[in-house]
Amino acid sequence: MAHSDFGRPGRRSVLKAGLVTGATLAMPFVARGASKQPIRIGQPSILSGRIAQLGISSRNAAQMVVDAFNAAGGLDGRTIELISRDSKGKPDEAARVVRELINNDGCQIILDSEASSGAFAVQEVVRETGTLCIHADSETTSLTADPKIRAPNAFRCARQVLHDSIVGGSYAAGIAKAQGLKRWMTCSPDYVYGRDSSSEFLDYLKVFEPSVEAVGATWPKLFAPDYTENVTRILETKPQALYSALYSGDLVSFIDQGNLYGLFDQVKFFAINMADYTTLHAVKKLPAGIYSCNRYLSTFPATKSNAEWSAAYDKRYNVLPLNWAWQNALAMQFLVEAIKKTGSDDGKVLAGALRGMTVESPFGAKGTVTMRAEDQTIVDYAIGWGVTIPQAPFVEGMEAADWTVIAARETEWKKQKGWA
Amino acid sequence: MNLDAFAGCLSSASCLITQTSAGLIIGMLLFLVACGVTLIFGVLGVINFAHGAFYMLGAYLALTAYQLTDSYLAAVLCAAAGVGLFGVAFDRLFMSRVYNSNVLMQLLVCYAFVLILDDAVKMIWGAEFQSMGMPAAFALRPLHVLGGLVPPFYVFLVAVTIAIAIALGGLIERTLFGKIVRAAAVNRQMVSALGINTSLLYASVFGLGALLAGAAGALAAPVRSATPGMGVSILIESFIVTVIGGMGSIAGAFTAAVLLGLVRSFGSIGFPLFTDGLMFGLMVIVLLIRPQGLFARGSA
Repeated sequence: MAHSDFGRPGRRSVLKAGLVTGATLAMPFVARGASKQPIRIGQPSILSGRIAQLGISSRNAAQMVVDAFNAAGGLDGRTIELISRDSKGKPDEAARVVRELINNDGCQIILDSEASSGAFAVQEVVRETGTLCIHADSETTSLTADPKIRAPNAFRCARQVLHDSIVGGSYAAGIAKAQGLKRWMTCSPDYVYGRDSSSEFLDYLKVFEPSVEAVGATWPKLFAPDYTENVTRILETKPQALYSALYSGDLVSFIDQGNLYGLFDQVKFFAINMADYTTLHAVKKLPAGIYSCNRYLSTFPATKSNAEWSAAYDKRYNVLPLNWAWQNALAMQFLVEAIKKTGSDDGKVLAGALRGMTVESPFGAKGTVTMRAEDQTIVDYAIGWGVTIPQAPFVEGMEAADWTVIAARETEWKKQKGWA
Repeated sequence: MNLDAFAGCLSSASCLITQTSAGLIIGMLLFLVACGVTLIFGVLGVINFAHGAFYMLGAYLALTAYQLTDSYLAAVLCAAAGVGLFGVAFDRLFMSRVYNSNVLMQLLVCYAFVLILDDAVKMIWGAEFQSMGMPAAFALRPLHVLGGLVPPFYVFLVAVTIAIAIALGGLIERTLFGKIVRAAAVNRQMVSALGINTSLLYASVFGLGALLAGAAGALAAPVRSATPGMGVSILIESFIVTVIGGMGSIAGAFTAAVLLGLVRSFGSIGFPLFTDGLMFGLMVIVLLIRPQGLFARGSA
């Protein structure tokens, strides 16, 4: 009798059924495992070279927020993994690093801790990939103010040149008026940030004190080793006051070389980036009486939360935080708050939450900082100007900015530019 | 372009003094680095692309020696000697193996060491910039000369560099060692055939070139913050000096370095946005008129 297999399962069918059943049963575990994947945030920054300490402070500050988030259980058990990479301060390298972070490391979010030179390169990469990005260190106004450059998926959590210029121009105008400083000169790094900072500062200086005159400008290269030709040009031009947007090691070298010529005995020096701890400590002979904006000071704003944050950073890293540190801490705080609020790591969802978000912060002028929806940049952070002294607290006589004045001037400026 | 300011400067004693001294100081540090490059090329026929890294090493060694001894003299001597010894070791262990290779292989070895030394500096001294500060002996007010300003430290620096240039010139032109070096630059095989230990000679020349770069780094340390990668920009300028002065010529390197320094300092008055352009423009003109460089013998 012929044996019929009809209705009887064969070996292959059993194997197939077993695989399907196994896969079905395992699905929830696989799915649960996938949901436990960390949220990867990529951070291009400058971790070597003359301004490496700024990049390192960016990484340190962001990591503190990440660790606190993870220690508190993350997002339903999902932690954040911060992947930092060195761009060496080169824009092309910054763009390459960001692509690598997105494509190879699977980063869903970019925390851009580049200077302006790199941030514009990063902006174009994230515009193309659609990845959510927060620029935490670029201060160049046009990055978020110019509608042609702004990207819907890119935010800025950093101070802005225009804001600093309005405040600095107003502060310097008061001193110019009181001391009769008519002849002004600038010495800033020769790239977009330095150029913008100098021109916007002078614009507002003239708005608040129309009698001043710009008598010259000198533009050392970023990371220039020698400033002798710039110092002697300033001496020859004989300005009464000098504005500079040099920063970090460049500012230290400029001051060291300017000291040799007694430059700071001859001009009133307004160095917007002076009041940052590394710079203040690195200058061996800090001239008294340099006017500076606060970059980061644990004493400004003079609040308990600011002092505590500074102390916690110092305790963990055995070094005082810098300007880029507070900006990155705040940027990561915005991201964490958005993740918590939406329960999502989707860039578009998070971007929606970030627009208009206000967070409590030690770095707020009045205890909070807002991510303004219209141009996706922060407002209400603490800005002030004061005078350097050679010992702690290094800056005294801080005058805090009035954000209603900044906002009004900013709106007017944007209208003039056709960006409002 | 500000020709009025330029003309005003040329007719003002104070401006001439200030800008000339500034040009000299820029030129002197360039010379110390460039003469090492030119010396090594002249004798060994090797373009040492790692020379800027030697300058960086000198600055960092000086920084550490200064922190340990509080003596700037000790810092300069330690840095120069340390980098000189490093140069000898670098030559014997690595460069000597590629003397007869093509220039690309030599470039590769040098570039690898640029990266290695940058990373080594980061590991030993950290990635952040560091500043030595001005030694107390030189923390003085600038000298007033005919209304112009000249910092005392720069006077010291120019004097030391001129002394080094004279000593180097004497060494090359008036000693037996110098004769052998010059002979080796013309015909290595003949020098070797005469029983002279060319390995020792090459190591000495490489060490001397490195020593000069180390001294330049140490002399610059009080006014230029030290940072990994700081040697790159000075290396580019020292190559320009070498090309203008003539490959292998110490006198050419000195003249070209001073010329470049003056172009930069006076250029910053008349052509503030074009000082780099002036520097390269000068190089192009020299290459067109005298391709072998101002002081080199023979054709390029």
